[in-house]
Amino acid sequence: MITYENIHKSFGSNHVLRGVNLTVEPGESMVIIGGSGTGKSVLIKTVLGLIQPDKGRILVDGQDVTKVKRDAFLSRFGMLFQGGALFDSMPVWQNVAFRLQRGALKRPAAEAREIAIEKLRRVGLAPEVADRFPAELSGGMQKRVSLARAIAAEPEIIFFDEPTTGLDPIMSGVINELIREIVVEMGVTAMTITHDMTSVDTIADKVAMLHRGTIQWCGPRAQMAQSGDPHVDQFVNGRAEGPIETLR
Amino acid sequence: MSASIILIVRALGRLCIDAISALGRLVLFALATLSQVFRPPFYLREFSIALLNVGYLSLPVVGLTALFTGAALALQIYSGGSRFNAPEVVPQIVAIGMVRELGPVLVGLMIAARVTSSIAAEMATMKVTEQIDALVTLSTAPMKYLVMPRVLAGLMAGPVLVAVADSIGIFGGFIVATQTLGFNPATYVLNTVNFLTSADILSSMAKGIAFGFIATLMGCYYGLNSGRGAQGVGTATKASVQAAAVLILAANFALTAVFFSA
Ligand SMILES: Nc1ncnc2c1ncn2[C@@H]1O[C@H](COP(=O)(O)OP(=O)(O)OP(=O)(O)O)[C@@H](O)[C@H]1O
Ligand SMILES: [Mg+2]
Repeated sequence: MITYENIHKSFGSNHVLRGVNLTVEPGESMVIIGGSGTGKSVLIKTVLGLIQPDKGRILVDGQDVTKVKRDAFLSRFGMLFQGGALFDSMPVWQNVAFRLQRGALKRPAAEAREIAIEKLRRVGLAPEVADRFPAELSGGMQKRVSLARAIAAEPEIIFFDEPTTGLDPIMSGVINELIREIVVEMGVTAMTITHDMTSVDTIADKVAMLHRGTIQWCGPRAQMAQSGDPHVDQFVNGRAEGPIETLR
Repeated sequence: MSASIILIVRALGRLCIDAISALGRLVLFALATLSQVFRPPFYLREFSIALLNVGYLSLPVVGLTALFTGAALALQIYSGGSRFNAPEVVPQIVAIGMVRELGPVLVGLMIAARVTSSIAAEMATMKVTEQIDALVTLSTAPMKYLVMPRVLAGLMAGPVLVAVADSIGIFGGFIVATQTLGFNPATYVLNTVNFLTSADILSSMAKGIAFGFIATLMGCYYGLNSGRGAQGVGTATKASVQAAAVLILAANFALTAVFFSA
């Protein structure tokens, strides 16, 4: 269970998060929606300690994330970065198997490679890709390699930052199914950021909308259409007119 | 009038405070790095790659600079020495010039240009593209996985490179002296070997260790603290080389004072 308690974060005069309260239950798939630049990526990075909040605290299973043993704590998580963040100094399979080649989860190279190739297959990539370098792949392929890396060590909690951005509609469908499967089959707790309403429909148990630094609305996906919140309505229907201002 | 003086003093004060706090952060970073040396995990593969980059691949540029510098030194000392009728001091002065000063300083500046810049650019790019964050989420400490192997490689490759530079520099002087200045090869070698003391060689190695450490540490420090975007990478790289070069020359002065001022 992940609990955000009154999280604030500013970068200089840019007040990004202004008191976020949010709870993600174990085994639940939470989808975060919200305008570009509202702080969705910042929100998930705070859990992993990549960004320190200015105020408030985050609890994972009741424990304050600033007071846990980092190594054991981090090994419970997987993260897909918005930009992929693949290590360009190593081939694809070593990226995917990174965790399996060192530290507590270390196993023989041949086995790690096999797992990597299996994970690549799950994200729709052929075994040939395994020996290429990230820089030789298309943007969408890099995204999927990064996804494979996030799930490779079978973590309990996974963050997906825009998993389908840059993918064609069919591949988006495949990835959405995959995320759904991981949550249902493996009982993973997932937090997914997306702008893609099809993703929301496939992946989400619950949806939270971030707006102006706070959670504007949070509820089960089924209730999103009848949320009665004009912000959510505007976002879901992609209307230019509404309470969320657009600069033009 | 007095207002502008206050402004100037304030600007100077700000500069000093900034410089001192930057130095403080650097020292803390250096201590944090050193405190990791004996703590597992050790990344052998990363270390060997770093050793290859810092040490082995620096050999050509180090060798060439040392060769030409030793050769030029021989010519200068010959013509300078002739002015007070002592042209025969070439082997001795080339030896101590190379071993005490030029060998270490050349190596220091060359690895600042070659190694510091590439470490800083690589790490800054990793920072900008979130690869450093990705490392952390994969339970791997950047300090251990990226910094430690490179700094250790610098510490170890530094003295070896200096030894190579010293020898090749002396060899450059030897070639010029025996081929164009009419020195007897056997006497030249004998004079060189007899003249050098163990303190000379010790100081040379100590400088190699210190400069290897400074060069790699600066690359890591500025790389990891890079700003965002391509501009951040450029700024980090530039700053790292500047800092490495200045600190290496300052350390050279300090070490020379320690070894030879008595
Ligand atoms: N390390 C940082 N330093 C300074 N500002 C930052 C940093 N990280 C994020 N920001 C700022 O925080 C704000 C929110 O960024 P974030 O990346 O979380 O947006 P987002 O909601 O994920 O947007 P998108 O949907 O476009 O990815 C932005 O204004 C961004 O400029
Ligand atoms: Mg984002």
